[in-house]
Amino acid sequence: MSTVTAAAPKRTRMRGPVTWWKDPWRKPHILKAATWLYLLWSLIPVLIAVMFSFNNGRSRSSWQGFSTMWYVGTNLPGGAYSVFANPVLRMALTQTLKLAVITTCIAVPLGLAFALGIDRWHGRGSGTSNFAMLFSFVMPELVIGVALFFVFGQALKMVPPGTWQQALGLITFQISYPVIIIRARLLSIGRQYEEAAMDLGAKPTQSLRRVLLPLLYPAIFASAVLVFADCIDDFVIVRALGGPSSSETISMKLYSGYRSAPTPAYNALATIMLVGTLSVMFIGLIFFGRSARKEGKKGDAVESFAVSI
Amino acid sequence: MSENKLPRADRKKARRQRKIRLKEEGAWYPKWYWPKFAIPGIAWLAVLFILPFYAVFAITFGYVNPLSQVTVPVWQPWYWDTTAFKEIAGRVVGKGVPNYAPFFIRTFVYVAIASFMCVVIAYPVAYFVARYGGRRKGLYLMLLIAPFWVSYLMRMLAWGNLLTNDGYVNKILVNLHILSQPYPWLDGKSITVVSGLIYGYIPYMILPLYAGLDRISQSLLEASRDLGANTVRTFIKVTLPLSKQAIIAGMVIVTLPMFGDYYTTALMSGYNNTKMIGSLIDDNLNNNRTGEAATLVLILVVLLIIPMLWYLRSTNSETART
Repeated sequence: MSTVTAAAPKRTRMRGPVTWWKDPWRKPHILKAATWLYLLWSLIPVLIAVMFSFNNGRSRSSWQGFSTMWYVGTNLPGGAYSVFANPVLRMALTQTLKLAVITTCIAVPLGLAFALGIDRWHGRGSGTSNFAMLFSFVMPELVIGVALFFVFGQALKMVPPGTWQQALGLITFQISYPVIIIRARLLSIGRQYEEAAMDLGAKPTQSLRRVLLPLLYPAIFASAVLVFADCIDDFVIVRALGGPSSSETISMKLYSGYRSAPTPAYNALATIMLVGTLSVMFIGLIFFGRSARKEGKKGDAVESFAVSI
Repeated sequence: MSENKLPRADRKKARRQRKIRLKEEGAWYPKWYWPKFAIPGIAWLAVLFILPFYAVFAITFGYVNPLSQVTVPVWQPWYWDTTAFKEIAGRVVGKGVPNYAPFFIRTFVYVAIASFMCVVIAYPVAYFVARYGGRRKGLYLMLLIAPFWVSYLMRMLAWGNLLTNDGYVNKILVNLHILSQPYPWLDGKSITVVSGLIYGYIPYMILPLYAGLDRISQSLLEASRDLGANTVRTFIKVTLPLSKQAIIAGMVIVTLPMFGDYYTTALMSGYNNTKMIGSLIDDNLNNNRTGEAATLVLILVVLLIIPMLWYLRSTNSETART
């Protein structure tokens, strides 16, 4: 009895590091600290880069006060350009958006049809084409870019370099995202809704359009958001297939400008790009969350969105 | 359907057949209904994925014009010439000029260190969020996927900005008296390139790790505790083996693009002594040496084919299971 009363306070008051370490119910302070350190490391540099796009001076590493001159300014010191005063940077902005819109508009419907076909068709060709599609997913982007560069240069010479080649290349590289996301959704939906519709007399096309397609909307939307955001950020393929200087995108400008004459205008350009991607993703998240809620799912919208990536 | 117009006996027969098909396939569709959907995608992949690959072969084993040194693709395999390929493959193993072996060795060392460090850093983070995320799991996940929404180049630019001579990293290290003067991080330092690779690719590691760790059921860990294992032993004997698949998947996901990476080393150093395989391909391409570029691409694909196939097989079996 006396040993128990003596032991109890000892355990709570005088906990050595060894006891603390051995306690299975201790709070995971070390892991928590590691996680937050990682999060800070991954996000702070980006925030600092955004901060320096508002720097009142040429430096990208020492703070000289707040200004928006690198976005909209004219007559900057040393003949430097701000983003909107520089026609080349403005052109890069439109080219990036153009490519992203074209690619999304073609890659998503193409991927949707492909996913439906592959998922439901149980022939031998189905497995092979699925394999080819997945292969394009894991292939390093540089390999696809160089291979496409060759085929456009040597065989498909009718496609002019620049926007056309870039768009075709981006669609080829991006098509696997909608296919994978939509197929995963098809698997989780199962066949029962379609079967019910068809038992009630719907023709295949009717059941597809009025039952299956609405069920696939969240997946279609998620993949469109992903493809769009990915295209804005794409670098390797657009560079490998770029033609005249008018086909240079923001990422190409960032790359070439970074080492030659970096000014905060590049930070500003990157920030604009970041805001673009973030707003697309944010809209996607809201829609995704809403449609997930409508279905009465309990799962967290963020989580399911993350997993679908 | 047109069934209703048929005579009664035929109608019955048709209905019976439909039922058999329904049992077989779930729902009844005309024979070519679904393949039709896949055709545009298949055609697209054939022309813009399979054919480009064939073009890589055609150029690798193509005809080199002796005067202009330009490689002309040869599309017929029976005319393929392997002399140019052998010469470049020789450079890779250290024979011939320029010597490509250092680039290959460097790439393997960089990728090995970077992917290992990715696991070391990402595992605790993924483990914490999966096991102890609790109510804040959504927030943590949002922060973990945030880097995905920032372009890779911008993140490199941001990380590089901090490493300049008057950047914050040097300022902090000098102020803490760890360094007596700023260290030239961006002047051809391997450590900077590897740090850039880690910084760039670690988000791709965390998500598969998180997904794998999140799947491990809490009851298994409790069972291990009940049977007398302490925290460390539970981790080593239960958690780690159960997350092995996720670790390998994450490793493959980060190493494949790292092997084709040339922009990280270009932005983090830009010096010859840190160039990787990707830089070699890019340089050859920019200087119109298509033959060299094609051969290097082919060698790269051959090197990566086993991890790629492994990854495809494992994800396929995973979708089959769920």
